[in-house]
Amino acid sequence: MAFSITRLRKGLGKARRGFWGRIRRAALASGLDAESREALEEILIEADVGVAATQRILDRLEKADAVGEDAIHNALRDSLLEVLGRAREEPEIPGGRPRVILLVGVNGVGKTTTLAKLAARYKAEGMRVMMAAADTFRAAAAEQLEVWAERVGVDLVRQRSGADPAAVAYDALESARARGVDVLLVDTAGRLHTKHNLMEELKKIRRVLDKCEPGTPDEVLLILDATTGQNALSQARLFKEAVEPTGLVIAKLDGTAKAGIVLAIREELGLDVRFVGLGEGVGDLERFAPEAFVDALLS
Amino acid sequence: MFEDLGEKLNRSFKGLLGRGKLSEKNIESGLREIRRSLLEADVHYKVAKDFIQVVKERSVGQEVLGNLRPGQQVVRIVHEELVRLMGSAFTDISRSRSAPTVILLVGLQGSGKTTFAAKLARRFQKSGQQPLLVAGDTARPAAVEQLKILGSEIDVRVFEKGSGADPVEVAAEGVREARRLNFPVVIVDSRGRLHVDGELMEELRKTRDAIAPQETLLVVDGMSGQDAARVARSFADDLGIDGVVLTKLDGDARGGAALSVRAVSGKPIKFVSVGEKVDQLEPFHPDRMASRILGMGDVLTLAEKAQEVFDRKQTEKMERKIREASFTLEDFRDQLRQVKKLGSLDDLAQMIPGMGRVKGLEAEEGRLTAIEAMINSMTPEERRIPRIIDGSRRKRISRGSGTQVKDVNRLLKEFEQVQKLMKTMRKRGPFRMPMSLG
Repeated sequence: MAFSITRLRKGLGKARRGFWGRIRRAALASGLDAESREALEEILIEADVGVAATQRILDRLEKADAVGEDAIHNALRDSLLEVLGRAREEPEIPGGRPRVILLVGVNGVGKTTTLAKLAARYKAEGMRVMMAAADTFRAAAAEQLEVWAERVGVDLVRQRSGADPAAVAYDALESARARGVDVLLVDTAGRLHTKHNLMEELKKIRRVLDKCEPGTPDEVLLILDATTGQNALSQARLFKEAVEPTGLVIAKLDGTAKAGIVLAIREELGLDVRFVGLGEGVGDLERFAPEAFVDALLS
Repeated sequence: MFEDLGEKLNRSFKGLLGRGKLSEKNIESGLREIRRSLLEADVHYKVAKDFIQVVKERSVGQEVLGNLRPGQQVVRIVHEELVRLMGSAFTDISRSRSAPTVILLVGLQGSGKTTFAAKLARRFQKSGQQPLLVAGDTARPAAVEQLKILGSEIDVRVFEKGSGADPVEVAAEGVREARRLNFPVVIVDSRGRLHVDGELMEELRKTRDAIAPQETLLVVDGMSGQDAARVARSFADDLGIDGVVLTKLDGDARGGAALSVRAVSGKPIKFVSVGEKVDQLEPFHPDRMASRILGMGDVLTLAEKAQEVFDRKQTEKMERKIREASFTLEDFRDQLRQVKKLGSLDDLAQMIPGMGRVKGLEAEEGRLTAIEAMINSMTPEERRIPRIIDGSRRKRISRGSGTQVKDVNRLLKEFEQVQKLMKTMRKRGPFRMPMSLG
């Protein structure tokens, strides 16, 4: 499944029009003056980039000393790309065992939907996929996953509601090994990052997986809601402390929200975006490509 | 931990202390700090801009009061203006003269509509009005199932026609059912979309026309960023809303979206939904929200919670016991249990200014549990007269409570000190217990 820039552009359509239209007005041929700096600042703030990251980006832009629309465009593009870093490859998995991916995040960000989309994606690549319903807390979470498992056509391991999530993960990994599964996707209950006990529970899931199969989970993906504001930074910080996510997924990016907070998270915590969710369909998940992302934002 | 806005302002107003007036010039850097603070709380930048203008107009020309530091003075103005903007007092749900009162819940995907539906149902139920819930979100997999489970937890009937049913029909039939069975209140859940689009609005308008709700409430994620303003405007303009509910405010989000949503929709915020338990719903208090947006903590909510939990008679009894120095380990345990009812120490810390990110509370929490276990392992006599607890009793207590003898020693030693303290306080005459807020 190739990255489709047209689709991403379509998703970001509304964002793009507002963005560059205003930069044009703001960045006059003479270069970056106080007024155009303020206009740029408002654009970045409105995209949820946050005050501190916006200041840093604009400071760098000022140093670039660009004059004229094209030069400013390129300088800003470079500056944003520099923050985002290069796209990362998926880690290699030693053969003979399932790749284990753990999905974490706060409530309502779209974890379960993202999991279904990842399942569809790996299945389309010809892999044998299994889901584990380790969200044993939210009412009907396992049922929701069951609907998706049927729709996508993959196996699901679940237990009764209220069961120990770490035990579900353990069982799922054992059964994934026994059945020769290539990718095991583990759903977890949404939790606010400030709830210490729930974060401990996540750590336990991580520990138990590692015990069952050293080296797993291979990936821990933190799902962020594209409409979340500055709090996403705090979420990323605390999830990082607890379970060391290997990457981010921005869900719901096809709204009007621009998820600029990702820039601040990349800058402060070094976490890369791995995927972006662009729609409600099961095929609407793209591998994150920083250049396409920035170009779609600035074109 | 972010610095308190008041402190920042005090610094930027340094040198202004005790002399002169606030002028456009000397207030400028202070206003920048306020703006920054609002933006960091996710207030929409245009709303923040307008707001700063208002604060500026009110501040310029004011005398710097002698007993108030200028930073505090401006913070007070900011706080007052925030409260004014968000509406001055709690607005309850308006009721229909003829039953049932129909409430329609709308909002984006993942904003917390379904959970809020159950919480609102619980609130009506507690006030003696048994509501009917209508499972109108027929699109999200298992949303109907989720509402059914929540409904059965709180013993509220859920009207549903399964997943995939036509949402407009479900809503209409649900309200008819409520009327037929004389339910005083009916709460209709609806489908959320990823973002506002024509299709969703059309469906919601049809639903609205079919059921004629007294209240259409927009449910907004309290962690929302700048886009919250646009979402609120779309719902207010295209559908018409009567009020707003903010969810997920039990995290550390400062909830600036509240200000944006209020400013662009002009509609009052009615409830604040915290946590996943069905009882966790609070009426919206603009003054508390203002403190939160400014990063000043939420001491009032804490006080209110404490009042709910600590029953007055018991508090008076405790006070008397302490006065008479007849406070036993049993009483101590009762106190511990009441403190626990307030919620986890982490939750409480969130409400206290400057304590938001204090670590190590969970260790304290574990110790409280251990103390309770130790007291539980004592005989009633031991609880009344702790000095009879000798070495072998200590061993028995530690075994019974899964602790170590040194933990028991520590508890007894601390309790002895508390008792001594109480005796000295007794000599100083009447006092109020720190826990008593009545």
